[in-house]
Amino acid sequence: MKFLYDFGYLTGSIHEWLSARMDPPVVTLVETIIVAVCFMILFAVLGLVLVYAERKISAFFQQRLGPMRVGKWGTAQTIADVIKLLFKEPLVNKDADKFLFNLAPYIIMISAFLAIAALPFAKGLHALDFDIGIFYVSAVSSLGVIGILLAGWSSSNKYSLIGAMRSGAQIISYELSVGLSLLTIIVLTGSLQLSTIVESQADGWWIFKGHLPAVIAFLIFMIASTAETNRGPFDLAEAESELTAGFHTEYSGMKFAFFFLAEFANMFIVAAIGATVFLGGWMPFYIGGFTGFNAVMDFIPPIFWFLGKVAFMIFMMMWFRWTFPRLRIDQLLTLEWKYLLPINLVNIVVMAFIGLMGWHF
Amino acid sequence: MDNEKLKDFILKQIPAADFEENAQYLLAIVPASHIHSISLELKNNPETRFDYLFCLTGVDYPDHMQVIYHLKSTELNHYTVIKARIDSREKPEIDTVCDIWHTAEFHEREVYDLFGIVFRNHPDLRRIFLDEEWVGYPLRKDYKDPYNMIEY
Amino acid sequence: MKEIEEQEIQELESQEYFINMGPQHPSTHGVLRLVLSLDGEIIRKVEPHLGYIHRSIEKMCEHDSYQQIIHLTDRMDYLSCHMLNEAVCLGVENGLEVEIPERVKVIRTIISELTRLSSHQLWWGVMGMDLGAITTFLYGFRDREMITDIFEETCGARLTMSYNIPGGLMFDIHPNFQKRTKDFIVHFKKKLPEYDKLLSDNVIFRERTRGIGVLSKEDAISYGVTGPSGRGSGFSCDVRKHNPYSAYPKVEFREILREEGDCFARYKCRIDEMWESLNIIDQLIDNIPEGDYKVQTRTVIKLPKGEFYQKVETARGEFGVYIISDGMKSPYRLKFRSPGFSNLSALDKMSRGCKIADLVAIMSTLDLVIPDIDR
Repeated sequence: MKFLYDFGYLTGSIHEWLSARMDPPVVTLVETIIVAVCFMILFAVLGLVLVYAERKISAFFQQRLGPMRVGKWGTAQTIADVIKLLFKEPLVNKDADKFLFNLAPYIIMISAFLAIAALPFAKGLHALDFDIGIFYVSAVSSLGVIGILLAGWSSSNKYSLIGAMRSGAQIISYELSVGLSLLTIIVLTGSLQLSTIVESQADGWWIFKGHLPAVIAFLIFMIASTAETNRGPFDLAEAESELTAGFHTEYSGMKFAFFFLAEFANMFIVAAIGATVFLGGWMPFYIGGFTGFNAVMDFIPPIFWFLGKVAFMIFMMMWFRWTFPRLRIDQLLTLEWKYLLPINLVNIVVMAFIGLMGWHF
Repeated sequence: MDNEKLKDFILKQIPAADFEENAQYLLAIVPASHIHSISLELKNNPETRFDYLFCLTGVDYPDHMQVIYHLKSTELNHYTVIKARIDSREKPEIDTVCDIWHTAEFHEREVYDLFGIVFRNHPDLRRIFLDEEWVGYPLRKDYKDPYNMIEY
Repeated sequence: MKEIEEQEIQELESQEYFINMGPQHPSTHGVLRLVLSLDGEIIRKVEPHLGYIHRSIEKMCEHDSYQQIIHLTDRMDYLSCHMLNEAVCLGVENGLEVEIPERVKVIRTIISELTRLSSHQLWWGVMGMDLGAITTFLYGFRDREMITDIFEETCGARLTMSYNIPGGLMFDIHPNFQKRTKDFIVHFKKKLPEYDKLLSDNVIFRERTRGIGVLSKEDAISYGVTGPSGRGSGFSCDVRKHNPYSAYPKVEFREILREEGDCFARYKCRIDEMWESLNIIDQLIDNIPEGDYKVQTRTVIKLPKGEFYQKVETARGEFGVYIISDGMKSPYRLKFRSPGFSNLSALDKMSRGCKIADLVAIMSTLDLVIPDIDR
């Protein structure tokens, strides 16, 4: 059970086992393959769990039960959906640009994969630990917008084009807010590396240590990241009641499943980034001098802390979606450029001042 | 204004007007050529102020057609019904009242679609319910359609 | 050279970008085809194309007896079907000059107001859904289920009730009717403030509906926009006040008028109208007079020669039945003045200069039911 608290033991023992039998280059290759397979399984499981969670949560908000028939309490519903999507006929428009049409879902998936690889899941369970961690994740998740624009353009459908243009404008605007709100905490940590950021929260999460500016940054991060993933009140790119599915109108079968899956993966990524930077990553919740309390908190393995925080953030994002009406495109862009961006900039200056004077905890 | 005064008002404008007795509202039958002038007068005159056209109907009689306008004044709270009599059934034409009451735009298109009455100076006179290529005017009494209609 | 350049510039500017919100679309509330001519996201012109559900009901009425016509009116504005039935019945009863018992009038009014409540609940749910708050759809239908259950017990059907006949009602009310209606009123009075706050106090909703789709009072009168859509612009057109029928002269209620004429005003008009409907039912439900539930008329009804116009206030606006009779068993000409037809004609005027998202908001506040428009 020791490895549950520090995955370094598990990865270390696998590395030793492999090195004893093969040459170093082959060992690296085998480890890469193991990590890749793990991430693919993670993706699949994420898709399963998040789709089921969304359906159940939306059902409970709407006072109904949701999927109940397939499997006990509907747990096998997503598997049934995937099988159904596999059987669908992959239609392509006659006028569609075939190469770009087929390429678009892959670009979105690739950008999601690249970002997930850099997340710190637990102590020792961190695949790509760059020293520019946050910068890398922001950069790579902005590749997704290319996929959306390609999907909208190559569908040769006016509705898709409108949806894609709206989404493109939305994503590149809100990337600024996401970046700036993360930067507010980086001012305090002094490092872009994700593992350093997590370890610097060993005596308390940044959202508590950074008090007011950190809370403001967290709220702005929540709003901006919901907009980044085309969810919640900002889902006008795929506004069902206006554009009948927007940029992915023309996709059917497995390609549609990719878009769908990528949306949930993106949601997981932004929730994980938010949990890492603001809520302490895999650090348990400590309170100053209560050693007894801290010992109990230590008892829960870090991986469950991480997943718990991510689940909380995802629940908030789902709650937003099923409660609020959606914003219009010009209101959305006004929100970003006239309200969030100035607040963000002022916040960073205040936080830099606080960091300089040492007024944080 | 009560019905007597309205009757005098209309007779002053159009001496050729006819009136039906014992109707629910004051009912005036005028020739089709006068409809635009009487409508303009009824709407703009401060004593009548009929600003709300609440029903525009077409009726097909054996020897003539009628377009019926139900009017109400929202300020003075009185009603009147104007029936415009079109004597020709082969080429029925009448002036539009779109410029006076905007609701007539859609209603006149409907009357054109179902009866074939052409409204002169209408901004956009096209069929509204049926296809552009439909032949015939269904609500006329002599409309025959062996495919869609069951003969009793 | 200059002429060629000028010609090119002209051609580029005259290219309009047409989008078709086709007959099948989640937010056109039925089979309505809108051809939008756009300039980016701004709408330059909206052109409705109708006729996808045109069933020539008026022609059918020329061959049917008056009792059969009532069943046809059910299928027009199916969300206010009781009021449409009532319009035809009142027209025929005025023509025959029969006196309707008080009991019939009170029951007709109670069921009319319940129909109005159920129609407004569906409208509220769909309005939230169109703007993105999908949960409101399910909340709206949950309460509507209670009303349709009451209808099913008394009238025999949930949606197309045909409970009225010329001369009275088809059967007497079920013994449970009064109790169930009173229980529903108590339940709904608690829920309506919740629903109101859920959307009205939401800042996103206000931003999407305030100042959008403004219709001035003169335009509302000129385009013939009635009902809550017209009253949101200040046009006082409630038929229940101006030409009262059934039990409306006996009850006290307010006519809701607002001045702004934008989407939010129309929305608030309907919410306030729901309160007034609850008020009316409260006043009547305990005092249903005893008596007959119908007056015996002949089996073959022949209206005397002449013409009769009957107006009622449906959930959408002023509905009129115009009967021209020549003494036979079917009318010579029957015209239905449907409120949706005139409300739709004002759509172009209201949505010029707005964005596509605003068009969805405007259409949901107009509360169109396409079978009512197409007849």
